[in-house]
Amino acid sequence: MKKEDVPQDESGLSKANIREVVYAVDKDGKYGKALSSGWEAKTIALNESLELIEEQLQETIQKIKQGELSPIAYYMELQRMDVVVLSGYVGLWQWRVKRHLKAKTFKKLSEKILKKYAEAFEISIEELKNPKI
Amino acid sequence: MKINFEHNQSAHCENGVVSNLLNYNGLKVSEPMVFGIASGVFFIYIPFVKVNFAPMFSFRPVPGFIFSRVSKRLGFKIRRHKFKSTEKAQQTLDAELAKNNPVGLQVGVYNLTYFPDEYRFHFNAHNLVVYGKEGDDYLISDPVMPDVTTLSSKELEKVRFAKGPFAPNGHIYYPTQLPNDIDLKKAITKGIKQAYRHMLAPVPVVGFRGIRYVAKRIRKWPDKIGVKKTNHYLGQLVRMQEEIGTGGGGFRFIFAAFLQEASVIMENPRLAELSKEMTVIGDQWRDFAIDASRLYKNRSRETDAYNKIADKLDAIALAERDFFLDLKKAVK
Repeated sequence: MKKEDVPQDESGLSKANIREVVYAVDKDGKYGKALSSGWEAKTIALNESLELIEEQLQETIQKIKQGELSPIAYYMELQRMDVVVLSGYVGLWQWRVKRHLKAKTFKKLSEKILKKYAEAFEISIEELKNPKI
Repeated sequence: MKINFEHNQSAHCENGVVSNLLNYNGLKVSEPMVFGIASGVFFIYIPFVKVNFAPMFSFRPVPGFIFSRVSKRLGFKIRRHKFKSTEKAQQTLDAELAKNNPVGLQVGVYNLTYFPDEYRFHFNAHNLVVYGKEGDDYLISDPVMPDVTTLSSKELEKVRFAKGPFAPNGHIYYPTQLPNDIDLKKAITKGIKQAYRHMLAPVPVVGFRGIRYVAKRIRKWPDKIGVKKTNHYLGQLVRMQEEIGTGGGGFRFIFAAFLQEASVIMENPRLAELSKEMTVIGDQWRDFAIDASRLYKNRSRETDAYNKIADKLDAIALAERDFFLDLKKAVK
């Protein structure tokens, strides 16, 4: 890539006033650092992935309203976690976390377990039980 | 307390931390040199490991390998500590800072307060340097950021003890005992050799064969898993290729920069020519990313479009095969 071809598109980085380093060649063909404010192709890929997360979240909200899934599923996805990550934060086996995603199991959870989840999500137990969805 | 540490913004966090730490310790090596010596150029496709609902593509070696390979090939030692207790982790960090020793830390990205929201994922193999402490704030040199920044002790503890895959467990590392004379030529040769060995490996999902394998899959995905999923998989490929800290197209340019630098040190003009070839391949990767992004932006449904970008990927695989075969000859 030539230095003059380094993309300077708008991106999440440029909005935060950050530019990233890329390596590119100058007129004499010599390599050096150049700064890029963002690149459309990348931003599209990133947005695609964020949209998918949002879609998934909306689906989960529906399932919670239908009494299928528990609020833990909502907060997990809201904070971009999956079962593996969440199980790390609450210190429980993955199969237990998976069960707790079900509305039926969630109702029977002890205060102690609920507290673990509330701490992992940095919310109160009240918020955990009554998500604003 | 503030250590006189020079922050140099880099394209990739691990290269940057290693290069900046070595510079501080009196060994001047550029980011591309670190990357090349560590054989940072790579490709692997792992279909059964799903990240964010898509298979894993990686353009880099496993996190941590860059530093350990550089240390092995340049002949210095690394001290590493991991912790169960958060207090011990902080004590060790403070003790090193008190000794005027800037240290590398492995951290999770999700809770890095200075990162833009879009980039905050539960990715736990990010690297940064701590070079001092003022009051309750740690002075942070994050190599992908333009400038130095700070994190409170609470914030730092959170990212050091992020959970999930690659959980850092407070991982702290720093070089010790740098040798007086360094055989850069030998290290470069070793780096190049491992790079072409990996890229030419007789394994279907690694190196140029891995790229070819993905091209083959792209032709089948639209029928097999549907257009929507295919587009998401392609999005993942592009993100892995171009995002901070993963970089594929970007990594090709760093490798090209390394070859240019190496050509002078090794007095081998062939490497400078190969640097140019690698630049062309990097441009091909960028072309591919543009086409792929158009595809899922327009939500194209014609399977021909997928065949076309698969053709592009096939061409890249061939170009990389020829390139690494030539590189093999060039260092013999």
